[in-house]
Amino acid sequence: MIKLNTIFDLNALHDRLISSAKPEIPTVVITAGTCGQASGANDLIRIAKREILTRGLTERLHLRVTGCHGYCEMEPSVLVEPRGTFYPNVGIDDIPEIIDAAVKGITIDSLLFKEPVTSEPVEKQSDLPFYKKQVRTILSANEKIDPIRIFNYIENDGYSALMKVFGIGKSSRIIAEIKASNLRGRGGAGFPTGLKWQFLADQPSRNGKYLVCNADEGDPGAYMDRSILEGNPHSIIEGMIIGAYATGATEGIIYVRNEYPLAIKHLLIALRQARDLGLLGENILGTGLSFDIKLVKGAGAFVCGEETALIKSIEGKMGEPRQRPPFPTQAGINGNPTAINNVETWANIPVIIRNGAESFRSIGTKNNSGTKIFSLVGKIKNTGRVEVPMGITIGEIIYDIGGGPVGKAKIKAVQTGGPSGGCIPSDKFDLTIDYDSLAEAGSIMGSGGMIVMDEHTCMVDVAKYFMNFLKEESCGKCFTCRKGTQRMYEILDDVSNGEGSLEGLELLEELANSVKDTTMCQLGQTAPNPVLSTLHYFRDEYEQHVEKGKCPAGVCRSLITYSITEKCNGCTACLRACPEEAISGKKKERHSIDQSKCTQCGACWSVCKFDAVEVL
Amino acid sequence: MINLTINGLDVSVEEGSTLLEAAQYLGFPIPTLCHMEGLSPYGACRLCVVEIGEGEKSKLVSSCTYPAEEGLKVRTASARVVRARKMIIELLLASCPQSKTIQDLASKLEVRQQRFRQEHEDCILCGLCVRMCEEQMMAKAIGFRGRGEKRSIGTPFDIKSDVCRFCGGCIYVCPACQLRCTYNEPEKAICGGCANLSPPCVEIDRFNDMMCYMDPCVACEIEKD
Repeated sequence: MIKLNTIFDLNALHDRLISSAKPEIPTVVITAGTCGQASGANDLIRIAKREILTRGLTERLHLRVTGCHGYCEMEPSVLVEPRGTFYPNVGIDDIPEIIDAAVKGITIDSLLFKEPVTSEPVEKQSDLPFYKKQVRTILSANEKIDPIRIFNYIENDGYSALMKVFGIGKSSRIIAEIKASNLRGRGGAGFPTGLKWQFLADQPSRNGKYLVCNADEGDPGAYMDRSILEGNPHSIIEGMIIGAYATGATEGIIYVRNEYPLAIKHLLIALRQARDLGLLGENILGTGLSFDIKLVKGAGAFVCGEETALIKSIEGKMGEPRQRPPFPTQAGINGNPTAINNVETWANIPVIIRNGAESFRSIGTKNNSGTKIFSLVGKIKNTGRVEVPMGITIGEIIYDIGGGPVGKAKIKAVQTGGPSGGCIPSDKFDLTIDYDSLAEAGSIMGSGGMIVMDEHTCMVDVAKYFMNFLKEESCGKCFTCRKGTQRMYEILDDVSNGEGSLEGLELLEELANSVKDTTMCQLGQTAPNPVLSTLHYFRDEYEQHVEKGKCPAGVCRSLITYSITEKCNGCTACLRACPEEAISGKKKERHSIDQSKCTQCGACWSVCKFDAVEVL
Repeated sequence: MINLTINGLDVSVEEGSTLLEAAQYLGFPIPTLCHMEGLSPYGACRLCVVEIGEGEKSKLVSSCTYPAEEGLKVRTASARVVRARKMIIELLLASCPQSKTIQDLASKLEVRQQRFRQEHEDCILCGLCVRMCEEQMMAKAIGFRGRGEKRSIGTPFDIKSDVCRFCGGCIYVCPACQLRCTYNEPEKAICGGCANLSPPCVEIDRFNDMMCYMDPCVACEIEKD
């Protein structure tokens, strides 16, 4: 690969790539992030490559393999440029047809997305209800970029923010720009990024300063960072080089969890390409800036997402948080000043520099500018990653973008912020998405997980699930976090088994408040949130468990019984599905369940097509 | 010197001292289980929490790890602090009911009951022994393993450590555990500290590594296979 020695070299490369690009040639874009590959994108790529080669279409059709575009429900999907035609849930048999149509410049109506209400086909991706309300300043790049090709990134205005920064030439003005953008840390706590950079820049450098990208995304049901790492790794690298220029940092580290093999692969390729091209290393583009980034793989502990534990882990020690102060910007990795930002924060940096702080601030609200990426999962129609401007309401995300509930059951609550977050009930769905109002409602923004729950979700069970996660993932250093999460789980387990008491609920609340107060790090301080928020908003559900021995959602096994009503027409589906052979009955006659054998697994309920199985 | 207020009293302490040191210097009692002079502060037991700051921004921090800051307002026994400490003691009592130290602390803080399911654990994972072994004895024979509820203290792979010098320091500093010395499983013994204490029995060869410093010694009863 050629080595770029000056800023002009990079500029010339950019111009050459633009002039040699042929945007008029149709391009078939296949989404192949981890999610796409899991639903079969690799087969689509194989077939598409074979079709293009055997039919000699290499000059007339381009193929681009990209990271995730966000609409997980429709994976694997294919996008045809330049028209922007979107084909959802593509099978391998559809690929030759799509390629044919792409070459001819037509669309195949039968494969298009159908509008759920009117059943009208929708051609363009941008017209889909899922994409309409989104503001995709970061995610839109994913569909244009092949993550393992740096030229692809440069062609799409990649590293142009870096050129602009080198043109400005003064680190204080870059920090001022980030400050002016009001960018707040996207890892969850919302600390102003510009201020953090200022702290780092003000520190004297004895043995170097560090910049860290926190890519240890461990929340259940959250995958925003993964898709940026997989789909657009160069945006993070560019952000970090800009950060280094602004703060005087000498070394960068991307701390990524080992459970993201594709992200690690793409990052390693991107880092090597950037180094080969002269964008990392000594004297970058002749500006005198020396900065390199290395990759550190996490060993799978959730707590290592906490910044002081992350530093310990990078140092090779056990991942345990420590007391702040001193803050990492004062004493971080090996005692050197360190600034840690989340993946999404880093991805925002080139956008801010490229478009200016003013334009960034125009999105969102006054104190919460820009966009936020959420991963929308759970009992919702359109699962996927959504990027929305701050200040949008939860209801808009869930009903307009997410498309509302899957089945007949109404949506009851949404859980934001992962295990440390809380549940927000449906009557609070007009709440706006920003750091402050979510915290006021007893939840947190977190890194952006959003789990939707409907009436078949038991809130005691949800709290129990998260407490089980936390009691295993607490580092165990603070006695109150280690023992507190275990004891909270114990009480919740009792409640879900019908052995709880009202005194137990009071003790649970008292304990939760104590744990919140007395632990050292953010993991422990937010660990009781699932309990406190469900107790606050859904206390009646807890009380029904305790006083009446009933689980209204029909989830807690010890408290429910399944029975077959007169709606049964004797189809024998449940009889065959029952693993315990507890169901008996003749064909075309009403069946019955032997309660002494029933283990409340719910297999009969899920197979019955006539709503004849009742949960009480 | 750094000036701060502890319980309404203006004090000045040397830079680098912790809130616990400052409070103890003035004679304000703060209970603690995981702190010991000469060992680095760790902040595991959380008993030493104090309230800092004012109004809505006030919070609890462990005084053994929090550095004294200029102008800080500290309360060592506010209602919030006492409530938190009582809950910690209650949790400790529920896990390690036999420890004399914890019983004494409970009685001092007037904790009369514990409402959790009773457990019988020997260790509160305060980490004093780990720090003693590493920082004072320069051995690093024992350390923490695992995380969350599976966290424990021991030698690597539960094999008797080569670097352990049987100094017994770990047993000496232990505030809570009664049965640290696993005399009847010599291979798993955490330190073997009992080996350099004078044996109560004459037939030392027979009970070589089974001696226990605890009283009563049961080595004679558990004969070596």
